[in-house]
Amino acid sequence: MLKVSLVIVGGGPAGMSAAVAAYKAGVKDILILEREAHLGGILRQCIHNGFGLHKFGEELTGPEYAARYAEQVKELGIPYKVGTMVTKITPDKEITAINSTDGIMHIKADAIILAMGCRERPKGALNIAGSRPSGIYTAGTAQKYVNIKGYMPGKEVVILGSGDIGLIMARRMTLEGAKVKAVCELMPYSGGLARNIEQCLNDFGIPLLLSHTVVQIHGKDRVTGVTIAKVDEQRRPIKETEQYIACDTLLLSCGLLPENELTKGAGIDIDRITGGAVTDQNRQTSVPGVFACGNVLHVHDLVDYVSDEAEIAGCAAADYIAGIESERVDISVRPVNGVRYTVPQRITSAQDTVVYFRVSDVFRDKKIVVRCAENVISSKKKIKLAPGEMETVKLDAKVLAGIGTGEISIGLED
Amino acid sequence: MANIREMTCIICPRGCQLTVEYEGKNVLSVKGNACKRGNDYAVAECTCPTRTLTTTVMTESGEVVAVKSNKAIPKELLFDAMKQINALRVSDSVRQGDVVVANILDTGADIIVTSYIE
Repeated sequence: MLKVSLVIVGGGPAGMSAAVAAYKAGVKDILILEREAHLGGILRQCIHNGFGLHKFGEELTGPEYAARYAEQVKELGIPYKVGTMVTKITPDKEITAINSTDGIMHIKADAIILAMGCRERPKGALNIAGSRPSGIYTAGTAQKYVNIKGYMPGKEVVILGSGDIGLIMARRMTLEGAKVKAVCELMPYSGGLARNIEQCLNDFGIPLLLSHTVVQIHGKDRVTGVTIAKVDEQRRPIKETEQYIACDTLLLSCGLLPENELTKGAGIDIDRITGGAVTDQNRQTSVPGVFACGNVLHVHDLVDYVSDEAEIAGCAAADYIAGIESERVDISVRPVNGVRYTVPQRITSAQDTVVYFRVSDVFRDKKIVVRCAENVISSKKKIKLAPGEMETVKLDAKVLAGIGTGEISIGLED
Repeated sequence: MANIREMTCIICPRGCQLTVEYEGKNVLSVKGNACKRGNDYAVAECTCPTRTLTTTVMTESGEVVAVKSNKAIPKELLFDAMKQINALRVSDSVRQGDVVVANILDTGADIIVTSYIE
């Protein structure tokens, strides 16, 4: 059996960033395992710009952002295998992987970083009536066809869901000559960034229909149209508002789900809200020595934050391998009052910690309040909070040391 | 007569809501921007709106590589630029940063390769 100090599962932005951070923190025996034929992950097909403003202070496209890290991986000589699929991880940190040159590999790791990313919610999970004609794609699949393969998946398009990939694809297909007839969003607000609604829809006069959904898909061999309808407050379609839109393509941009089959197989505790592992401030999961970062842990809005999180995991994995431990505390972080989830979910060491969270609805003029029992630890005002935009609160090392053992809550208050 | 226009700044993912007071093509005030770039965006939006174009170009062997305009170009030229780029076949040996169209449509912007090709 092969022995490696640190195995990183996934060679996208999270995996590459974690590898670079771990290497710089002293771990030289690293192996990145990537399923695709290249490093870079989803960024390779995200050819639009807007990446890297936070991390590099300049506006990069996805491939350019990925290249910054791929270059570092190569310059540092960090080993990686592409075209390699990890099929199993055990709680003892044994990894089974397979590719066409090495065959089946068994690898024993001292530490593992999970960086497998996420998947799009498929049509099967959406329960739309109709047969199964061709012309239905997730937005990310369409993105791969157009940007990597150079095929246009259709000419007349309706998009269900207003996630960022759907908005980006509305613009992309319009530029390539398709007619995007409408973007339907079930919720009364968009899940995408405000700038994408502006530059991907408004720029091209594409209507965003909030509180609308697709109730039926028409067509036998190929999509010929969809029936859409407005929904009421319980998100039930209103029959009288049904309207038919002729189209040959339906794109689905209805949310992303962390890809955690391997994680579950390793017996790691999963947060049922995020769909990712439960972790501490170091992104260490319930299995010591196994870390998770990026979209496999929780879905991020910006790749810059994925890189930040991966650096935390990379450095923590290096500390774990070196046997370094910091002052122990045992604090659980509980989301309350409009906060849907937090990452991390628990804090095990008294160090300055940034807690990431999402809210469950659109809120205006609220305070983000952190409490321990009845005491307010911190409070900050926000004019607007939305589920599509990740929020953060900072916790001070001294405050955490003072709590020692217990629970803190993060919630919204007036 | 001064007019008021609400817009979302698209310079960064923060997406500031801007309130712009303008008269003709003369911007009188910009409010709601968190940084100076928001002000510049609002002025450009009211005078000559520009966008960075990102798309793909076909290589001689039929692969596609990603490209972008290295500067924002006038919004109304996006489709003309697309037409020119889509008519192109570039060498298979292009690398990230290579210019495939110089000074596209006289905008002063070059179309450069963004794909990372090992």
